[in-house]
Amino acid sequence: MNRFRIHYAKTEALRYTGNLDMQKVWERTLRRARLPIAYSQGFHPQARLQQACPLPLGLLSRCEVLDFWLECDATPEEVRSALEPALPPGITLLQIETIPLNAPALQTQGESALYHILLLDPFPPEELLRRCQDCLSAISLPRQRRDKQYDLRPLILELFPLPQSTAQAPRLHLRLTAREGATGRPDEVLLALGLDPSAARIERVELHFREETP
Amino acid sequence: MSLSATEIQARLERILPRVAKPGRYVGGEQNQVTKDWEAIPTRVALAFPDIYDIGLPNLGLAILYQALNARPDVLAERVYLPWVDMEAFLRQERIPLFSLETRHAVADFDILGITLPYETLYTNTLNLLDLAGLPLRSAERDERHPLVIAGGHAAYNPEPMANFIDAFVIGEGEEVLHEIVDVYSEWKAQSGSRPALLRSLARLPGLYIPSFYTPHYTADGRIERIERLHPDAPAQVTKRVVAQLPPPPTRFIVPSIEVVHNRVSVEIMRGCTRGCRFCHAGFVNRPVRERPVSQIVSAIETALQQTGFEEIALLSLSSSDYTNILELVDAVSAIEGQHLVISLPSLRIESFSVELMEKLRGARQGGFTLAPEAATERMRQIINKPIQTEQLLETARAIYSRGWQTIKLYFMIGHPSETLEDVRAIANLCKQVIAEGRRILGHRAALHAGVSTFVPKPHTPFQWVPCDTTEQIQAKQQLLRNELRGPGLKMTWTSPAETMLEAWLSRGDRRLGQVIELAWRNGARFDAWQDQFNPHAWQTAFEQTGLDPDFYTHRMRGEDEIFPWDVISPGVRKSYLLEEYHNSQCQQTRPDCREQCFACGILPTFSSLRRANPGPLWKCPEVGTPRATTEVQP
Repeated sequence: MNRFRIHYAKTEALRYTGNLDMQKVWERTLRRARLPIAYSQGFHPQARLQQACPLPLGLLSRCEVLDFWLECDATPEEVRSALEPALPPGITLLQIETIPLNAPALQTQGESALYHILLLDPFPPEELLRRCQDCLSAISLPRQRRDKQYDLRPLILELFPLPQSTAQAPRLHLRLTAREGATGRPDEVLLALGLDPSAARIERVELHFREETP
Repeated sequence: MSLSATEIQARLERILPRVAKPGRYVGGEQNQVTKDWEAIPTRVALAFPDIYDIGLPNLGLAILYQALNARPDVLAERVYLPWVDMEAFLRQERIPLFSLETRHAVADFDILGITLPYETLYTNTLNLLDLAGLPLRSAERDERHPLVIAGGHAAYNPEPMANFIDAFVIGEGEEVLHEIVDVYSEWKAQSGSRPALLRSLARLPGLYIPSFYTPHYTADGRIERIERLHPDAPAQVTKRVVAQLPPPPTRFIVPSIEVVHNRVSVEIMRGCTRGCRFCHAGFVNRPVRERPVSQIVSAIETALQQTGFEEIALLSLSSSDYTNILELVDAVSAIEGQHLVISLPSLRIESFSVELMEKLRGARQGGFTLAPEAATERMRQIINKPIQTEQLLETARAIYSRGWQTIKLYFMIGHPSETLEDVRAIANLCKQVIAEGRRILGHRAALHAGVSTFVPKPHTPFQWVPCDTTEQIQAKQQLLRNELRGPGLKMTWTSPAETMLEAWLSRGDRRLGQVIELAWRNGARFDAWQDQFNPHAWQTAFEQTGLDPDFYTHRMRGEDEIFPWDVISPGVRKSYLLEEYHNSQCQQTRPDCREQCFACGILPTFSSLRRANPGPLWKCPEVGTPRATTEVQP
């Protein structure tokens, strides 16, 4: 058995496919590629696939990471050439590597995530900057999600308008924590900024993991 | 004027984050076919009038989608209904219904093909036309609008939807589909009028153009006669059949979100020779044609390669009757693939079925389903499904002892002349079955009885009989609920109000179109969804039109009555259906017609087709030279 780590971009066609469904999308992609996926034991065998840091529905990403296990010996290049023709619209392969079987689970390794946000409606640049600064200077940003009260402020690491941001196409740089149990949601930040998350195109552009030597 | 594809896309981006399961509205799945809109002369929208989750796995549309897109001169794109949350946004933001592939407004297509597999999609169909910005009634549309075509099992009685559909395709679409597109392209090249197009279509065998016929009624509401308004319209439209099933589709669209069936579906056989008298599919899908084992196996292999699906369904009306079923099951179970789940529904009640299922059993297993439909010998003779109780019990023993813990039994209440004793027998039979289970498996044994209510269908031997009243149904269901209690027993049933809806729509006439339209205006839609079904909207619609639902549901029809659907011929003669109805009344059964021909009418109707395709292609036994040959109406 071998463990592979794949870096990929999630583009428009899979924007509204959630994490659970992405699991199926990958399983079927591997099946089309005729790669022998490792399945869990038991009555309902599940394909062994692990995604890092779930991406909220409706977001695009340039930096998704997935681990999968194959019941065969193959080089990353061989896996890549089997996968390429089997990929569905909405996935662009960036990189494949082999990783040790005992490497820690991806879900436990997330540290932070960087998002670029394009607002679909024009917005005055000074006002956008002011709101970002207000947000950052707040001691706490109490918010409620699914009937649970939490503080959004400590989850925000960086927030400012991107240099190329204009009044016509306002853009934000947003870095949020992405640790297990402490993951910020970009739509929540937009709400805290008084902006409508459904009038925004959000893309995850970087994922940072805890550096650990195996 | 309708919105452009780009404008629709831009407006959608702001709505999608606010609706449930936005993945329903974006397309872009593996195996979707997208062509250059500007470069293709004939553009067809294929619609399933329910949400994506239900419509995507529909095999009929998959066949048409692949066949149309295989032509270089045609593009076919998919359209489904939005769920209620999305509908509200579309209306509020004035976004017309659009195709998933290129987001073009439905109104911009040349042809809108709608599949109508069952009647409870009728109000959805009106909603679909309305969301597309099209006038509901065919008479109010012209050459500026797409040609609206409907087909599918419900189209065998086209009359309730006759006001809204320009042309119905009766029977199998595989061949006639191409003829329709050819007629359309020729007409479009000449920039003809809508009536000219309809006249050309009327000349195609299998096409019913409702505007070329006018029904006349007697004072009490029965059909007096059906007047033909155009010489090109045939007196009776005979369904289309393909002589030989073409290779099945393999490039299934792989949904990127969860839908009702996520699998490769292969139709192994079309039609059924058993002749169960309640069964619409059994009478309208004759003759029986099978696909060869090798073709099925190679289709599955290709489809698995193209989709990556982990499940295969082998579909037919009666799998056990497939000639080489053992060979097929062996070949399919030998197909390579990790953790493949293979389903084989519609098995006969015999222990051989258990052996078949055992060969197919993958790592996962659910319950084992059988459909005895009735529990007394008398009832089984009436419906012509003669199975022995002892055989059912023996099969149940085999199922429980080979590792299945749950048996699912399908029954129907409301068969003609059914008494409370016949219904009580259903409960008793279930108790006998669970007793076998408990003897073998102890408390782990389970039995699930699915009890639906019989609705008389057009073109069957029971098209004359009344449907049970709501009170009768309630009494029977109450009896079963009282009797079917105990450990391991579970029962599900259909609400009588939903049965009534299906009953009046199934045998409705053209006047019922007003009721459907008013019910939709009163808020009825998604009638097949328990949580959306709105009986009040229908009741009000009947009151508004002055029509009586009981006239359609509970009336015993006369043997010489002209039915609204008599203008359609499924190839089976009405006199044969009547003969079968008489047989049912004297509890006379008829065996499998693979063994012996009972002259239902299929062979004379399609005699030239049969002559060109002799031998075992059709499962009809050889009957010698037909005396008189009636050609299919040109």
